[in-house]
Amino acid sequence: MAKDILEKPESFYKVFERKSGSNKLTSHYCPGCGHGVIHKLIAEAMDEFGIGNRSVFISPVGCSVFAYYYFDCGNIQAPHGRAPAVATGVKRALPDSIVVSYQGDGDLAGIGGNEILHAANRGENITVFFVNNAIYGMTGSQMAPTTLIGQKTTTTPYGRSVKNEGYPIKVCELLSSLEAPVYLERVAITDAKNVMKARKAIRKGLQNQVEGKGFSLIEILSPCPTGWGVKPVEAKKWVEEVLAKNFQLGVIKDKTAEAVPEVIEQKKFTSEEISKILGASKNGSDFLYDKPDVKTNYQNPRIKISGFGGQGILFLGQLLSQSAMRSGYHTTWLPSYGPEMRGGTANCHVIISNNRIGSPLVTETDVLFAMNLPSLDKFENDVRKDGLILVNSSLINRNVKRNDVEVLYVPATELADEVGNTKATNLVMLGAYAAKSKIFSHDCVLFTANETVKRKEFLKVNEEAFRKGMEYVLNNKQKENKEYDSVIFN
Amino acid sequence: MSELNLEMVNEDPNPVKKKHNARVEIDGELCKECLLCIEVCAPDVLKVSESLNKMGYHPVEYIGDGCTGCGVCFYVCPEPGVIRVFKKNKVA
Repeated sequence: MAKDILEKPESFYKVFERKSGSNKLTSHYCPGCGHGVIHKLIAEAMDEFGIGNRSVFISPVGCSVFAYYYFDCGNIQAPHGRAPAVATGVKRALPDSIVVSYQGDGDLAGIGGNEILHAANRGENITVFFVNNAIYGMTGSQMAPTTLIGQKTTTTPYGRSVKNEGYPIKVCELLSSLEAPVYLERVAITDAKNVMKARKAIRKGLQNQVEGKGFSLIEILSPCPTGWGVKPVEAKKWVEEVLAKNFQLGVIKDKTAEAVPEVIEQKKFTSEEISKILGASKNGSDFLYDKPDVKTNYQNPRIKISGFGGQGILFLGQLLSQSAMRSGYHTTWLPSYGPEMRGGTANCHVIISNNRIGSPLVTETDVLFAMNLPSLDKFENDVRKDGLILVNSSLINRNVKRNDVEVLYVPATELADEVGNTKATNLVMLGAYAAKSKIFSHDCVLFTANETVKRKEFLKVNEEAFRKGMEYVLNNKQKENKEYDSVIFN
Repeated sequence: MSELNLEMVNEDPNPVKKKHNARVEIDGELCKECLLCIEVCAPDVLKVSESLNKMGYHPVEYIGDGCTGCGVCFYVCPEPGVIRVFKKNKVA
């Protein structure tokens, strides 16, 4: 079915509304730029396969950063070199989509070399159009990984030397050593014959994805008259006579025939199924525990939990946050990750609030869980006046120096030992805090603990530890806090 | 599938001997004067206009006769909407 009229493909917008300035009918590319031709070929192929309404075009960094001005399909602009990673995400989330990663040589072979290597190695079912003009065009024609030996650029004014800058990277050949890629071809935007070859390759690259065959990359040698400082017709000749002699044209790898099409099966879940998977009731609200009445001083706490790595600091924070969620509070949990995961000191920030939370970072602290001495030393002064400090008195052999804060001394490690597991120290502290602040109901915390703890054999110990902590607070009222009411728990 | 007929491209253009019922339309206001189309036009029926367009380029124009409808100019043109090729001279 030959078309009688060759004209602007329908996969282009009729008017480029996103483009700034008054001229919304021409591209922003320089006269004679290869991008325009390649865009046209891609748009034509999109028309032909009828995939415009399910295509997602990933624009890179470079002159084609504005590809979303032109293509009437889904568009995302990715950070420099990261288009294959973004494409991977889109393709996996939306397996029915046709994802096009469009990248230049500085983008793909330079800063994004790692990204493309791994996307290709995973055999992502995406189509990559790799536009190679042997320089960084947009930024002012600096040397790119694909710059030819001896080629003068603004950063290699005497020509690229092997000794100084190494050899040009041949991306197709490099990727062809990997098992996964299905189709790798190098074409050039030069004369009619080569443009038609490029057209065919671009169509095949997209067709492979439509058929679910896997990773295709089309490297397109493309003129950059402005960057090279020559006229468009000379630039075209240079591609033909120099660039294409250094980068061999043709199919580098083609497993299209034997590639087994991946059956794309996107699971569709009903809302009931999703609720079941998440362990939530359908509307969620009947799964919330009641918010107890909380004394003003204990409302909306900004909590810092600190101790040795391995004391369950981050987990304690998670339990607090999860219980808060189950009680209908707003909450955030901000762990400090670092080399202290085992052995050093660890801390995390938890905010529980009746109101929406701006930043998860806790600076002025309402409640401090000091699980060891260094933590108390470090964070004691961050606690606000009339704030609460929970001290693990098993490991901290000094009193809190401040006298304007409320302090709860809990021999948490010893109490945990009594229930048979030193590691349950964190649950003892949680019990103490729950009893003190009454911010969650008892049931809520235990439910959350059951839900969160992965190793179910610890459930019983955890529950006992939690009760120990609670009872300790209820039974041994601290001398310093005589004004504190009696705590009643159901 | 509008495959290019490369024989058409390479044939000796002689509009007197062979009559092609095709034509090309060029929107001069969008043309950036890269001249790639003139370079590839086998029947040599495109030329640079003497007038300027709003962008300040001398746009390419069709001399009005002799187009074979091969479509090469359409494919080498980097601009999306400048060139339209009517292969059988249908009314637009």
